[in-house]
Amino acid sequence: MAHLSASVYTSHVPAIGAALDLGKSEEPYWQPLFKGYEYSKQWLKDNTPDVIFLVYNDHATAFSLDFIPTFAIGCAAEFQPADEGWGPRPVPMVKGHPELASHIAQSVIQQDFDLTIVNKMDVDHGLTVPLSLMCGQPSSWPCPVIPFAVNVVQYPVPSGKRCFQLGQAIQRAIKSFDEPLNVQIWGTGGMSHQLQGPRAGLINKEFDTRFMDLLIEQPEAAAAIPHIDYVREAGSEGIELVMWLIARGAMSDVNGGPPVELMHRFYHVPASNTAVGHAILKNR
Amino acid sequence: MALDKPYLDVPGTTIFDAEQSRKGYWLNQFCMTLMKSENREAFKSNERAYLDQWPMSEAQKQAVIDRDLNRCISLGGNIYFLAKIGATDGKSFQQMAGSMTGMTEEEYRDMMIKGGRSVQGNRVVGEDGDAQAHRQPQGQHSPKGAH
Repeated sequence: MAHLSASVYTSHVPAIGAALDLGKSEEPYWQPLFKGYEYSKQWLKDNTPDVIFLVYNDHATAFSLDFIPTFAIGCAAEFQPADEGWGPRPVPMVKGHPELASHIAQSVIQQDFDLTIVNKMDVDHGLTVPLSLMCGQPSSWPCPVIPFAVNVVQYPVPSGKRCFQLGQAIQRAIKSFDEPLNVQIWGTGGMSHQLQGPRAGLINKEFDTRFMDLLIEQPEAAAAIPHIDYVREAGSEGIELVMWLIARGAMSDVNGGPPVELMHRFYHVPASNTAVGHAILKNR
Repeated sequence: MALDKPYLDVPGTTIFDAEQSRKGYWLNQFCMTLMKSENREAFKSNERAYLDQWPMSEAQKQAVIDRDLNRCISLGGNIYFLAKIGATDGKSFQQMAGSMTGMTEEEYRDMMIKGGRSVQGNRVVGEDGDAQAHRQPQGQHSPKGAH
């Protein structure tokens, strides 16, 4: 049987990808940020899973206004890094895991979460920047990745509660896969940021700190935060944090298992317009 | 019964909901075409002719030509779509976001390095934070920048 061993939470700011791709990671502006991921890169080397289930959002890349799926699971064998307007990032192609992905799709839909199945899709910085932060610049990613895209672009986005419950359903789906795979789930996006209008540049460290405290210690309370609180307190794009709740909902302690262990926690302002948050939780 | 839109009283902020999306459909779909390098070249060589291929409103086309992102957003644009215009111009997300505040690039970058914009006074329309309507545009070089 497959099992879920850990969850990783991280922001996915495009400028972080650009800093790495353009060789700027040693610059004073970026150094403190990448330092916060040194532990994590080593940890991932020591704890490389067989598959990463990566929750992120598409930024009007694979999904235009043609169709806007609330939850979309990538079941393809491979996913190319997208040209978001600057040309594709020079990062490896992302290999999928069609068998596990289609198993999760079937299981989760049967648990009443109506996923959209995607068999062809390019992946943008939302997916590739977390991989870069956790893996550096390898010639290939360390394992297959199942992209799981959440609509946080057009309102209404799914509620924190819905995301949390979806995480629980994904956990049950992984557990029922016959092969003995070690799976990690990553929740990405956030933290506080706003990219539009006269309020652009909003950062709320108090909100972010409290969100991370709740996420780790009282995840159900974090899941109860309504959409309007994210907008008002964490900026219009801070709503991306609901994606962290999918990963959190998949952990053992909220599914009748033992408590989780906090391996790492990091917070830094700014990366471009955004507050960067990062944590690693391990199932015991 | 009208839909509940609790986000309408957040200052300096437009939530891209179904109504905005409907308004901005062609504006945003035009932006998507800039994800191909040949289209970026075609747009740059004759912006007006390129824009005329889509049934966008005249106001939307002019807002694109002016690179007035606040106006684009009020006309239904969404920042992730509009970012393709910025990318075509070689602008970063930080330059694009900053352009909507009235601050210079340097002023905006400095604000971010100092920890970003405070939420104080910027939660609800009618408070006195720097994102409120009566304090626009921001920045030292703007007429209202002396705050």
